[in-house]
Amino acid sequence: MTEQTVVRRRRQLPLPGTVLVAVGDRVQSNQPVARAELPGKVYPLNLANQLGVAPDEIKEYLIKKEGEPVLKDEILAENKPLIKWFKTEIKSPVTGTVESLSTITGQVLLREPPRVLELLAYVDGMVVEVHPRQGVTVEVQCSLVQGIFGIGGETSGVLAIAVAKPDEPLTPAHVKADMKGKIVVGGSFLSAETMAKAKEVGVAGLVVGGIHDKDLRALLGYDLGVAITGTEQVGFTLILTEGFGAIPMAQKTFTLLSTHTGEKATISGATQIRAGVIRPEIIIAKPAGAVQTGATAAPQREGIRIGDPVRIIRDPLFGKIGEVSALPSDLQKIPTESDARVLEVRFPDGQVAVIPRTNIEVIEGA
Amino acid sequence: MSAPTQVSEKPKFDHPLNVIVATDCGSTTTKAILIEKVGEEYRQTFRGEAPTTVEAPFEDVTRGVLNAIAEIEELSGRKILDGEKIITPCRDAKTGVDIYISTSSAGGGLQMMVTGVVQNMTGESAQRCALGAGAIVIDVLASNDGRLPHEKIERIRTLRPDMILMSGGTDGGAVTHVVEMAEYVAAADPRPRFGSTYKLPLVYAGNKEAREQVTKTLGQKTALVITENIRPVLERENLAPARHKIHDLFLEHVMAQAPGYKNLIEMAGAPIMPTPAAVGLIMETIAKREHLNLIGVDIGGATTDVFSVFESVFNRTVSANLGMSYSISNVLAEAGLANIMRWVPFNIDEQTLRNRIKNKMVRPTTIPQTLDELQIEQAIAREALRLALIHHKSLATGLKGIQQERTISDVFEQQTSGKSLVDMLKLDLIVGSGGILSHAPRRIQSMLMMVDAYEPLGFTMLSVDSIFMMPHLGVLSTINEKAATDVFVRDCMVYLGTCVAPIGQLKDGERLADYDITFPDGSVVKDQLKMGELRLFPLGLNQKAKLTMQPAKTVNLGQGAGVPVSRDVQGGVVGLLLDGRGRPLRLPADQPARVAALTKWFKAVELYPG
Repeated sequence: MTEQTVVRRRRQLPLPGTVLVAVGDRVQSNQPVARAELPGKVYPLNLANQLGVAPDEIKEYLIKKEGEPVLKDEILAENKPLIKWFKTEIKSPVTGTVESLSTITGQVLLREPPRVLELLAYVDGMVVEVHPRQGVTVEVQCSLVQGIFGIGGETSGVLAIAVAKPDEPLTPAHVKADMKGKIVVGGSFLSAETMAKAKEVGVAGLVVGGIHDKDLRALLGYDLGVAITGTEQVGFTLILTEGFGAIPMAQKTFTLLSTHTGEKATISGATQIRAGVIRPEIIIAKPAGAVQTGATAAPQREGIRIGDPVRIIRDPLFGKIGEVSALPSDLQKIPTESDARVLEVRFPDGQVAVIPRTNIEVIEGA
Repeated sequence: MSAPTQVSEKPKFDHPLNVIVATDCGSTTTKAILIEKVGEEYRQTFRGEAPTTVEAPFEDVTRGVLNAIAEIEELSGRKILDGEKIITPCRDAKTGVDIYISTSSAGGGLQMMVTGVVQNMTGESAQRCALGAGAIVIDVLASNDGRLPHEKIERIRTLRPDMILMSGGTDGGAVTHVVEMAEYVAAADPRPRFGSTYKLPLVYAGNKEAREQVTKTLGQKTALVITENIRPVLERENLAPARHKIHDLFLEHVMAQAPGYKNLIEMAGAPIMPTPAAVGLIMETIAKREHLNLIGVDIGGATTDVFSVFESVFNRTVSANLGMSYSISNVLAEAGLANIMRWVPFNIDEQTLRNRIKNKMVRPTTIPQTLDELQIEQAIAREALRLALIHHKSLATGLKGIQQERTISDVFEQQTSGKSLVDMLKLDLIVGSGGILSHAPRRIQSMLMMVDAYEPLGFTMLSVDSIFMMPHLGVLSTINEKAATDVFVRDCMVYLGTCVAPIGQLKDGERLADYDITFPDGSVVKDQLKMGELRLFPLGLNQKAKLTMQPAKTVNLGQGAGVPVSRDVQGGVVGLLLDGRGRPLRLPADQPARVAALTKWFKAVELYPG
């Protein structure tokens, strides 16, 4: 989570196409920056079998030649019997073109017309790199919040803070009709009822601390097994900042988002918790004049130090925030009897707990 | 150690290999071990681990490697790193190492699609070939797989594998079908998983008569490599050449695309192996050396690999989405909540459990801190292990009436259609590996997790990889067999003991068997094993006891119902476990009764503290 940073997002076509913008161009999130033609579906048809001829003879029977367009139900090939009664006509099952034919297998491949795919800029920013035929890199000076898990694709909208405090759950009453097309920020928890209301209103995105897994399951219609998301279509994009359960949104995240109420934000729910990890994100672009190309994000710090503010990310103290008060180097026995690298966390009330180092995360931007 | 089956050439070294640092880059954790020659023997001396660094801000796998090695430096006092470089060879007794080697399963491992002509012939051969090379097979396409041609093309297009293996046809046979499949692949124009800037590697190992046509069809669209037919004649499989090609392409194309792997390849003194290929090498070696039938399992964060060797025939499967961190939620999805809950010895509401599992999924590097969290993870592990074995058994079935030639490492043996090779009654040894088994706070926990998941029948030995170093030793065996063998025997394999499980079901408390144990010190225990009992007797490493058992007349110990058995049983760090819970293992359906039963069993073997 950072109030001011520069992010670069590489926008890449799934297959080579045409780039529509140039380096230095300012782009809007919903503006196409590259275009590609997705090849149409392929329908193989074994003409040799259907006509009852040898594969290397099929050329003689083809009405439509390689590369020619063909309409659905148009005659593609026919035999030439002596008696008309025995005539066999092979009609095209689709509209498209005759892509290729094989005299080894006797089959012809028909391809449906291509579908145009437009790749959007995703963020309001500046094109800093063009990857010929592949896409572009867009840079934006922005505030950035990374979530922990999300579903749904890229969208944008005006930020609306619906609750007063980060520990307040988002209820159906908070979701008003004027939130249509907006990115609605809740507090600690989003219930199934609120999700239904959000869908009804037509919000573009929801950003909350947590949800129950059972509600996610109901929303998706299946039990999510592996965290690879981003293509779901549930009516809105959902981003969890903390995890599963009712968990207050981190104060810093809530404050940052609150200061940008009314501003346009771009969000993506895409999550991939595997190698090359992708976490969901909320990007709030700074006004155009403030953009400086070539600037990079502040380098990330490595390692934990005493005094670092940390959040505990595993039960039994899940979600609690404190400060590192000691970093013993020796392995210590934890209640499971495992020997683990630990650290000591002091909470605001003065209480101290020993926590495995892998079970905390340092709160950034502090 | 057996001859390396995964690398084309054995690397040569101009200096002795006395100090070796090896890492395994797992999907969650990068584990490093230091191996040193002490006198005439190689020993594993120090270990370090660090989270695998594929997430921002690092997005470079070598960062995790360096962190794990830095931990070894700290513990051993040996200077290994010079900035971001590994010092090789050794400069003096406390500086540098002679070689750095590594395995990797980070990045989701090697994901392959395979094609054949007939699904249960060349399709299966191709699948075995890819699995043996350490791949996850994401789909098997065959001419007769029941899918319509356009469905096949759509499938190929959407899969985005790392590599494709095409097989089909015997040498000199008809070319039509394999060319047809090549046409489908070409029409789909598949894209590799990592980016669209390079061509997808494709290994063609089918009918040699079709090579020209296949090259014409696919040569421009893919990075095509042609190798010997994996099924040159119907009666013979020839998997090794294609496997070598897969391994070479894995390094050249796939790993080079993953974050930081180019650097890792440069750092390593020997080719980087896919983790499952390295573990497979080791499992196979154990079975061969000890003349055993075994099942090995490596349960990781994302995947669970199962290996089996029955009657000298090696076999591997991977359950791509059964694991203890990244895939933990999928264990819940596949096993169902009730199956996981049945192993939890306390009451917990569904919502809390579901949320906890999802939180582990989104923060995969966290570890259980409390006993109840540990118990939940071990409950999930039982189900992941159970499901992966079911998967393994289902794939280890074969072709009818076909005799196959094979190299030891390459193939399955199949006699009867549909019959699994895995025979729990003939099983001698279960070897467990992977964090949840290797790092369980008490070794009895590893033993019982495997016993509960696999339900071994009769007499079965169990062991674990002490600190999870089988992958390291697998890759080490390709460059220095003695080092790998020394460390394996002395430091890696930990025998847990023997489980004796009578087959049968009686009423709770009824006599299952009378037993008589003569321990090495001459002491004798005579008693009765009742239905529903679990008993554990200390019997140390390298110790044997004489066990005589007289089962009840409907109960079987492997020799037939009611037939007494007398034999030596091997000890271990846990001991001798008499499992009187019946086979198949049934847990009470009623919640309080189930919790009571679990509590009784867990107490009987002191599974958990308190």
